[in-house]
Amino acid sequence: MAGSKIKITPPRWLLAELTYACPLQCPYCSNPIDYAKYHAELDTEDWKRVLTQARKMGAVQLGFSGGEPLIRKDLPELVKHSRDLGYYSNLITSGYGLSEEKIIQLKEAGLDHIQVSIQASTQELNDHIAGTSSFQHKKDVAHLVKKHGYPMVLCVVIHRENIHQMPQILEMAEELGADYLELANTQYYGWAHANRDLLLPTKEQFEQAEQVAQAFKEKVAGKMKIYYVVPDFHEDRPKACMNGWGTTFLTIAPDGVALPCHSARDLPGLDCPNIKDFSIEEIWHESKAFNFFRGFEWMKEPCSSCDEKEKDFGGCRCQAYLLTGDMNNTDPVCSKSPNHKVIEEAVASARASALLGTEQPLIFRNSINSKKLSGA
Amino acid sequence: MNINPDLILKFSPMHRLQWEEVQQKDVILYPEGMVELNQSSAEILKMCDGTRNLAQIVDDLEQKFATSGLQNDITAFLEVALKNGWIQN
Repeated sequence: MAGSKIKITPPRWLLAELTYACPLQCPYCSNPIDYAKYHAELDTEDWKRVLTQARKMGAVQLGFSGGEPLIRKDLPELVKHSRDLGYYSNLITSGYGLSEEKIIQLKEAGLDHIQVSIQASTQELNDHIAGTSSFQHKKDVAHLVKKHGYPMVLCVVIHRENIHQMPQILEMAEELGADYLELANTQYYGWAHANRDLLLPTKEQFEQAEQVAQAFKEKVAGKMKIYYVVPDFHEDRPKACMNGWGTTFLTIAPDGVALPCHSARDLPGLDCPNIKDFSIEEIWHESKAFNFFRGFEWMKEPCSSCDEKEKDFGGCRCQAYLLTGDMNNTDPVCSKSPNHKVIEEAVASARASALLGTEQPLIFRNSINSKKLSGA
Repeated sequence: MNINPDLILKFSPMHRLQWEEVQQKDVILYPEGMVELNQSSAEILKMCDGTRNLAQIVDDLEQKFATSGLQNDITAFLEVALKNGWIQN
């Protein structure tokens, strides 16, 4: 546990997960596997209070996410409230249900930018991965986002089913006029963890795709900015997860639970607080959950004596828990971790599954599978 | 990237320049990012309001701060700003 000596920096980024409901069924969804258990959603006044309190503390980047945030009828009202408070707000959407009328309405309410996800460069694969016929509409939405003067961020989650399309994905981003392209290599938590043997690309595939993306980055420099989310299973040092626990990021789940990262509700014993019971100020400064991994006192070896601990903070707590069973362990992605072999085994297992054609069908993210997998 | 001295300079509509009370500084906001500015950088960017070219910005800032010889520093910073897409020329 963190002591009182640790200097607590204010939150800068707020992720508002407005709902777990979503018309898409992506098999790498970042929502928890047991999301179908959580029916309660915050009401408009709760969200306004959260936004006001977090802004007062210094949060400025705001993402409206989900599920699909467009399902919330009060989205324009929440956008307006955020703009009045001075947030820089982003709608993170599948594009499903986003009409030109809505795009104009949100612009007038003060929305700053829109991030549209596309699952692949072809209709067939996009609609398969999304579990919904949506490809053409997503492309139309991307054009409309540009037309109405928003910076357009295109997000493509990369995995073994679409990594071979990298050249076509880049072409598509250029054709759609994306200002930013997020190439997000799948992070293997929750749904993606359950589907890992089918989603994790081989090292050769990663290297080839990265080369293509790098060449493209140079070609479009000055026109399009590319964010490349690193595939950490093929790295030998972990990611600096969340820029350090409880230093920068605050996620509020649909039911009001405040999380230091969006996967943290799966960690045992954190007692993540709810915004219905506490103010954001109390949650950020005093809660057990937000103080749990602040600073370096909690670390075990090899992290505690490591000269890189201030760079990567020991990596990701959720990954340590998911893959080693102990959330205090070094992220096993690190080659110094005594558990590093679990990563090598995962890579080998996915590779065998790819080469031998022993693949099982993907488990799509929907309420039936959620209940089945979580025993709810 | 060179500044065209004949053309006016304008802050990018794809970014937002804003004072942050908690941080006590101006910042540039854009998708997935934020740049914290020192006071002189912020003063220069605020001059890029679509009414001035480079020489006029230098004149106005030298006048405002009752000093001279700012030309090189301002030009160098505006070149960086143009390269980063914060301003248009």
